[in-house]
Amino acid sequence: MAQAIKRARREASRKPGKRRLSANAFLVLILGLPVFAGVAGVILPAFGYLPALGGLHLKLAHLTELAQQPHILRSALTGFFAGLITTFAALAIVGGFVAGFAGTSVFTRIQHLVSPLLAVPHAAAAFALAFLVAPSGFLMRLISPELTGFTRPPDWLVPNDPYALSMIAGLVTKEVPFLFLVTLAALPQLAVSRAGQLTAALGYGRISGFAVSLWPALYRQIRLPVFAVLVYSVSVVDVAMILGPQLPPTLPVRIAQWAAYHDPDQRFLASAGALLQLAVVLAAMAVWIALERLGKIALARLTHSGRRLARDGAVRVASALAMTACAAVIFVGLGLLAIWSVAGLWPFPDALPGQLTPETWLRTLPRLWAPLGTTIALALSAASLALLSTILLLYRNGTAGGDRTPGHYRLLYLPLLVPEISFVFGLQILIVSAGFTPAFPSVFAIHFLFVLPYVLLSLSAPWRELDPRFETIAAGFGKSALEILLTVRLPLLFRACLTALAVGFSVSVSLYLPTLLIGGGRLTTITTEAVALASGGDRRVIGVYALLQAFLPFLAFLVASLGPQLLFRNRRAMRT
Amino acid sequence: MLALGLAGKAAAADIGNWDAVVAEAKGQTVYFNAWGGSENINAYIRWAGDELKSRYGVSVVHVKLDDTAKAIATVLAEKSAGKDEGGSVDLVWINGENFAAMKREALLYGPGWATKLPSWRYVDHENKPTVLKDFTIPTDGLESPWGGAKLVFFYDTGRTKAGELPRSAAELLKWAEANPGRFSYPQPPDFTGSSFLKQVLTELIHNKAKLQHPVDDATFQADVAPLFAYLDKLTPFLWRKGKAYPQNYPDMKQKLADGELDIIFAFNPAEASSAIANGELPDTVRSFVFSGGTLGNTHFVAIPYNATAKAGALLLADFLLSPEAQLRKQDPKVWGDPTVLSLAKLPAADRAAFGRLDLGVATLGPDELGPMLDEPHPDWMTRIEAEWTRRYGAGN
Repeated sequence: MAQAIKRARREASRKPGKRRLSANAFLVLILGLPVFAGVAGVILPAFGYLPALGGLHLKLAHLTELAQQPHILRSALTGFFAGLITTFAALAIVGGFVAGFAGTSVFTRIQHLVSPLLAVPHAAAAFALAFLVAPSGFLMRLISPELTGFTRPPDWLVPNDPYALSMIAGLVTKEVPFLFLVTLAALPQLAVSRAGQLTAALGYGRISGFAVSLWPALYRQIRLPVFAVLVYSVSVVDVAMILGPQLPPTLPVRIAQWAAYHDPDQRFLASAGALLQLAVVLAAMAVWIALERLGKIALARLTHSGRRLARDGAVRVASALAMTACAAVIFVGLGLLAIWSVAGLWPFPDALPGQLTPETWLRTLPRLWAPLGTTIALALSAASLALLSTILLLYRNGTAGGDRTPGHYRLLYLPLLVPEISFVFGLQILIVSAGFTPAFPSVFAIHFLFVLPYVLLSLSAPWRELDPRFETIAAGFGKSALEILLTVRLPLLFRACLTALAVGFSVSVSLYLPTLLIGGGRLTTITTEAVALASGGDRRVIGVYALLQAFLPFLAFLVASLGPQLLFRNRRAMRT
Repeated sequence: MLALGLAGKAAAADIGNWDAVVAEAKGQTVYFNAWGGSENINAYIRWAGDELKSRYGVSVVHVKLDDTAKAIATVLAEKSAGKDEGGSVDLVWINGENFAAMKREALLYGPGWATKLPSWRYVDHENKPTVLKDFTIPTDGLESPWGGAKLVFFYDTGRTKAGELPRSAAELLKWAEANPGRFSYPQPPDFTGSSFLKQVLTELIHNKAKLQHPVDDATFQADVAPLFAYLDKLTPFLWRKGKAYPQNYPDMKQKLADGELDIIFAFNPAEASSAIANGELPDTVRSFVFSGGTLGNTHFVAIPYNATAKAGALLLADFLLSPEAQLRKQDPKVWGDPTVLSLAKLPAADRAAFGRLDLGVATLGPDELGPMLDEPHPDWMTRIEAEWTRRYGAGN
């Protein structure tokens, strides 16, 4: 008997390597292949090679044409700097806050405040910010005319300012919750309280103590997500369309505009643009790596200098305020969207509308059903398939992501580390060249590609943390591995599975560019409709769409938290 | 009829036999490519689609475009790929340079179908010459008229006195200098924004006759010099000093309501009334025009040569032209787009219904709309848009 167990253990310890390989092969197939195909689908046409559209010879004409586009350099640089600044600011806020407050009650409170923000789609958050800070926005209305003397909105260039500051602000409010939650996942593996006691005893301030003792280990864990933030911010389209500069727009927005034309010449031009965007992203990564080196040197200097920097109260307060501000901007902004959606005439500087009316909802509702149906169908199917694949993957391979050897599922981040606009556009070209009409299956496939990483990341930690003894006992009763999975592990992880499903659902709901490009404008979701309306400027209708867009993920998370209560209503211990 | 023959299998398209068209259309899905930036227009198209579904069993899908040029590019791409049948665009909302391009590239179904639609007999082609000449280009029955348009300005009497209103482009510049930051125009190539450029060009160009012909490369810079000299003077006094522009007409409407802009303009005389009815603009908003006249034109629907659902598209085009649909379209509570029909040609009941329409408090009567300036040849629009982007495409 004992020998049998030993043998089983030996086999178990030998197998993961092989299994991991097959898991990676699986990921290569479903994540790597489309990404690389997409990039190839951009690079070749950028040099003029695309037989389906009559491009048979390699040439530089399209790159030259790109270079001749008016103000192209400026478009590229704006996105480049905006992305770097966004990433730096978001990391500084999260890092400062975690360092300054880890383990305190403030930390828990702000954690509860910030966590739901992850579910709010970028576009909805951008609208929320725009409604708040525009010269005719809510903040100005609140203090006008009493404090400002303005009876008319001032002529200030916000949002859409040429230096992309409002766009950076909008991105930071959404990237902070993301980095924060990633950090939260990594914190349990660090000896936060012991290191804190040690550095405090040595007279360090909270922030400098954290930086000296824990930061390098923490940063190593969140480095890939940080790069994902960088790539996303440099290449963002929807937020840039809502908050970014317009004269000229950032490069990704211009590529999206070119790509929307079905004219072959514009496709070649857009490909060249997408290639340039790839270069911009690589340059931003190079700069970021240089910044990492500088940060490392600075940190080493600080450590060796022995300076304690004990008086860091101001920095701590600032980081806590910044965290709270991100949450406040989005929550107040969403409230504003709700008010606008039922507002009658609402002239400046009235802080609230004179009358409320359901008119906008009644008018919009009949047109909402179709995109709403598409949105939910896409999100549910993509998230379900992603959950199923995740369970299979984890079942065969054990845990993913933030465990001690983070090498396993690095590929997961692939779709997040290559700019969407580059490889999704390449995929679009391939799909069109292959003669497929844009339809539900292709959009579903691209949604699955973006949803899978998040679902896998979300389920990995609870999967790993489940007490193995439950399964050991079940095995002792002679249950097969599959039976154990179905009757023990999955019921115990029911809530975690629902949460992962909700994460996948909200990622799918918020996808703009992939839906637009692969769907060819024929498959409309709430998100594509909302962003299309951004230029329309009718705040009431934007209110309806953006509110609905933000509401869907909340609904998914609500179901995820209520599901276990209903299903296990006669088993108290299972309800949590 | 030769061209109809060329349409091949879409035999249907034997438009002389309307019953056959109706029969063939049944069960088809018409992809109607139309600008989708305005909610009331989208609602109207949806209504038309619902009616077509219940009456003829034809489904209508509104493919919402932000720029009609995209639909033309689609057809062009299909043509170069040899896809002469089963195209993805069935009907397209069109006029001006887009029509000119499609006609030039032979991307349109026809000619002659438009004047054979059952509802054509009501069209006022005698008094509305733009029904037959779209931006100087003869329509040849390649496109069916849908609505009329005329450039009209709006202001809020609560903020601006009627006596101070500019009555020409030159006066508008003076007004902007006196009221900095309170005027702007949608960023070209937005249709409304480009129309403003054409309005100014039409008023300022030395030889107006040139605008009726394609651009002459040799003299283009000299011809448009007055326009850009004007814009150079105007830009520092624009909203946001010309470092950002409203994105389209609905954006300007919101900014008039917010008090960011004082004078805005639209290509639909009824826009202000319909916005007041929807609670988007205060009821103190009124309309005015330039005394020397403003641009006017007609907008159309056309069928690409390779459309899949030609019969369905014909049916939709005819329905859009019917007195019933035209009446609903002109109602400012729905859309407020002026009809292309002649009231005199309508049956008495329909004529009476048009008479009962309340055009709204802010809409100018037909006699107050002022002279109609001809649209320049489409060439001009494309060229001045490119020139505009070169000069003003980076705000600072």
